[in-house]
Amino acid sequence: MSGPNTDYDPVEVTPLKADQVEAMREAALAAIAAAPDLDALKQVRLDHTGDRSPLALANREIGALPPQARKEAGQRVGQARGAVNQALAARQTVLEAEHEERMLVEETVDVSLPTTRRRRGSRHPITLQSELIADLFVAMGYEVSEGPVVEAEWLNFDALNLGPDHPARTMQDTFWTEPAEDHVVLRTQTSPVQARTMLTRKPPIYVVCPGRVFRTDEYDATHSPMFHQVEGLVVDEGITMAHLKGTLDHFASQLFGDGITTRFRPSYFPFTEPSAEVDVLCFVCRNVDPSTCRTCRGEGWIEWGGCGVVNPRVLVACGVDPEVYSGFAFGMGIDRSFMFRHDLEDLRPLFEGDVRFSSAFGSEI
Amino acid sequence: MKAPLSWILEHVDVPAGTTTEHLTDRLTLTGLKLEAVESPGREITGPLVIGRVLTMEPEPQKNGKTINWCTVDVGDANGTGEPQGIVCGAHNFAPGDLVVTVLPGGVLPGGFEIGARKTYGHMSAGMICSARELGLGDDHDGIIVLPADAGEPGQDVRPVLGLDEETIELEINPDRAYALSIRGIAREVLVSVEGASGFRDPAVRDTPAANADGHPVTVEDPEGCPVFVARTVTGFDPTAKTPDHVVQRITAAGMRPISLAVDITNYVMLETGRPIHGYDADTVSGPIVVRRARDGETLTTLDGTTRELDPADLVVTDDSGIIGLGGVMGGETTEMSATTTSILVEAAHWDAASMYRTGRRHKITSEAGKRNERGVDPTICEAAADRVVELLVEHGGGRAEPGVTVVGTPPTAPVVEVPGDLAARVSGMPITEEQAVACLRAVGCEVSGSGTLSVTPPPWRPDLTDAQDFSEEVVRLVGYDRVPSVLPTPPSGRGLTRAQQLRRRIGRTLAGEGFVEVVSFPFVGISDLDALGLADDDPRRDLLQLSNPLSNEAGFMTSTLLPGLLRAAGRNIGHGNADVAIFETGTVTLPRHAGPAAILPVDRRPTDDEFAALDAALPAQPLHLGLVAAGDAVSGGWWGDARPVSWADAVEAVRSVAAALGLEVAASAAELAPWHPGRCAELTVDGEVVGHAGELHPTVCQAFGLPKRSVAAEVDLDVLIGRAVHLRAAPTFSTYPVAKEDVALVVDASVPAADVEAALREGAGELLESIRLFDVYTGDQVGEGRKSLAYALRLRAFDRTLKEGEAAAARDAAVALAAERTGAVQRA
Repeated sequence: MSGPNTDYDPVEVTPLKADQVEAMREAALAAIAAAPDLDALKQVRLDHTGDRSPLALANREIGALPPQARKEAGQRVGQARGAVNQALAARQTVLEAEHEERMLVEETVDVSLPTTRRRRGSRHPITLQSELIADLFVAMGYEVSEGPVVEAEWLNFDALNLGPDHPARTMQDTFWTEPAEDHVVLRTQTSPVQARTMLTRKPPIYVVCPGRVFRTDEYDATHSPMFHQVEGLVVDEGITMAHLKGTLDHFASQLFGDGITTRFRPSYFPFTEPSAEVDVLCFVCRNVDPSTCRTCRGEGWIEWGGCGVVNPRVLVACGVDPEVYSGFAFGMGIDRSFMFRHDLEDLRPLFEGDVRFSSAFGSEI
Repeated sequence: MKAPLSWILEHVDVPAGTTTEHLTDRLTLTGLKLEAVESPGREITGPLVIGRVLTMEPEPQKNGKTINWCTVDVGDANGTGEPQGIVCGAHNFAPGDLVVTVLPGGVLPGGFEIGARKTYGHMSAGMICSARELGLGDDHDGIIVLPADAGEPGQDVRPVLGLDEETIELEINPDRAYALSIRGIAREVLVSVEGASGFRDPAVRDTPAANADGHPVTVEDPEGCPVFVARTVTGFDPTAKTPDHVVQRITAAGMRPISLAVDITNYVMLETGRPIHGYDADTVSGPIVVRRARDGETLTTLDGTTRELDPADLVVTDDSGIIGLGGVMGGETTEMSATTTSILVEAAHWDAASMYRTGRRHKITSEAGKRNERGVDPTICEAAADRVVELLVEHGGGRAEPGVTVVGTPPTAPVVEVPGDLAARVSGMPITEEQAVACLRAVGCEVSGSGTLSVTPPPWRPDLTDAQDFSEEVVRLVGYDRVPSVLPTPPSGRGLTRAQQLRRRIGRTLAGEGFVEVVSFPFVGISDLDALGLADDDPRRDLLQLSNPLSNEAGFMTSTLLPGLLRAAGRNIGHGNADVAIFETGTVTLPRHAGPAAILPVDRRPTDDEFAALDAALPAQPLHLGLVAAGDAVSGGWWGDARPVSWADAVEAVRSVAAALGLEVAASAAELAPWHPGRCAELTVDGEVVGHAGELHPTVCQAFGLPKRSVAAEVDLDVLIGRAVHLRAAPTFSTYPVAKEDVALVVDASVPAADVEAALREGAGELLESIRLFDVYTGDQVGEGRKSLAYALRLRAFDRTLKEGEAAAARDAAVALAAERTGAVQRA
């Protein structure tokens, strides 16, 4: 370390000439400006501001100057060093930014590479459609009722005014279970949930019950031994067929689109009277020139389900006073609705479990 | 029901210009839905005319056949008026006969286009047609020779042959049995089509009064057979042919012509709805007695089947024994045959419920049974029998015997009280009492009173028994299309139940984990359980058996979701979807063997106990979640290698589901089929078993066509959902610095990591914030049969920064407890 050179004869010291300092400064600034990268700048910093740099040496010599020269020399060197440090800092910022930019450029990847490392899951479209339907009714204030699929014969038939010798029992080809005297069936319809609901809660009742049902139908493109229904039941004071029509019109427009309405045709179900078949206006052709329409096969309307005013006999068997309350019920095939809503000709993919089928629908329909 | 339109219109008039479309639209809207309109000539286009054979010259051919070179007068139908030259291979006609001629340009059924063509050395310009060529049956004995008065040459022959006759097919609901007849449909036309009038009831006719000279009949069970009418025709010509129009009509109605006598009973059944049975009177010995069958009795019915009868079956007997299953099917011994000359005609009314039960018991479906079990007008037995007798005499040359047996009287329907405003209240339409009364009268009811109407249904409507039944009649005639559309206003709902919300959450969670939901049939066979490798005493072998499965290989309701899932996974592999992860939620059936589910009364609500007993008698049906994965969990690619599925994926999937419910699942080693005995985890929540997960047994993989190391899980979602955390307290956490301590412990390979972790947790005490197993090592450095478990512990206090010694002390305490509990040794 060198201290103040008090031993020197000040007269012998080379005076710090302004042009020399200026040259040092210029040399330093030029080197800084010329530094191509951060490494080079580091060297420049050492060369021009380090202990052995001309400006540092010059600074050291200030103490050796005669007092009258020190102030001026001090100012001159100080300014030069300040300028150099400033330039260094500025250049450092510039080079750092350049470096960072270059690094980012160098790190560029092909973002079009496939990123599907994990399998994508999905839910079954029938589950999704059941939930969609349930949500439509929940939005109206309904609740969702449930019941077992292996059901008591009494609840599947008798309580619904389908006595043991009712011809309509043969309309629904029933899976019976062993031993026969246990009177247990696979439910042929979601209607036993109606009975269960009335037996377990008091009116007003506004419920829908989506679920699996079973019939002894051979499995083919349009029949399945297991399929899905959604049943609706309303029991309240003053309920009429008009309320049924209003509800189904609303349901149809929510599921198939604005302006889609329903049409009733007289029919027969033991648990309702009057009973009706419900057709829904074809949402593709809207019955405007239906002759070429594939969806409704030229009919303009699509068979959708059955409905009616709850038979008072059913109310009695389920403990509801028919003098006070009336109700309506309706039932639709969820699979069937799905098939025409999504243009599916053959229902079997619904039950085969090929992942490509469910995956196509993702998690929302 | 298929009904020729002309037959219907024989019994009712519709306004001129009423189209078939309008008529069937109206029937559809009032409840007889049109299924199809058919006409026998619908496939025939182009000129099909009456021709008169002018000349025919037989020309023997080299091939041994003889053809006829004919000239046929077809009037102006061929545009020239000149005779048409036609080659014909048939010989059953002569010059002067009127024949059916199709001219060039015509198309016959099957798309058979007719042109002028050179054949057998002549230019044959058209064809003389047989019945089969026109699609009118299989008769190919020769060409059709028309009656001499059929018309003039050149006229369109379609009306002559009934080719333009339209037959409408209607769907008849079980309550509308009366519409299984021309009579019923004509009546529906009367009330449905505006301006229809002039209903002519085929069952209203003058019939001879009952007398003592008829065949003696005793009915021992008047409830089962309230009315039995017997008539006899003698001198009948068994070779007489059924008239064409009868054949055409019963064929159009879907029945097969058999013989004149049988065809006539069918014709009258179609016309009136009343099934008729004809016996060969010469084979009936002694008086007829109607009674219930006795134990052990048998009958060979006319389909050749010998049937063991049930004491509830109604039978017709004579001195020889049983000769018929009343109302369902006749017996073989008294069947009308090709030599029958005396016919005993039976028109009887039978109890509908008995008919239904007998039909089901003996698995007989017949046109007669279909009507008898749905209910037939009991008042028309005499008229129907008389109509049969009339036709047998007319077409079979027989003699109507004067004896008329009528046993019993038709049951009468009780008067029903119907509120005059019921239809309005039920429908929401402003239907006045006057309108309601008019509608009821239109369908044949007798109505009196006002305010509360006293209504007697017509005898052909046994379905009308309740006030509500009558309101339906009114509403359907007023028109379902006029019911207004009004939304009811439900009270505020409570939305989805928590269980319903959680089920959706579970599905979404699994979809997020990469699993695809599938839906399978819940049917299994014993072989499926064998394929799963279930032990003989496995409770999942206790299955609910179906009485009438579609396939004997799948005759039970499943107790586990795995067979369906494994099959679906196998199908995916077979379809080339090598990496597959699927799940299913569904109920399984676990029999409780809790006795019968009672058939309760329906005239009152069951008591709470009765209802509870009903539920208790059903099998348990818990909601299960099953999942199966095979192939790669993470596929290989530019990012690195593929990772095949492992047992841990199955456990992890269940843990994710549990986490979605706010639950933590503990796993411990278990041995259970269909899993790999060393790679099966029993999963518990707070000590309760919720299911199992792990790698599948290699033989199970093979049995279902899955690659080795496929994995599966099955859990009881009812248990999981039942335990789901509902209201969770908000967490508190420390903001002081965390102290980290790592420990590596060597234990016997058989010690479960979960036990080591539990000991570490307990030993570390409340300063422990979290613990994570970050490495498992086995190998030389720890020795045979040993493993090293490396844990990262994070320790923190709520109220202060830990001193270094505190964290170390907690770690040491943790290690000490692990050593004590599991024999763990801290690795050097």
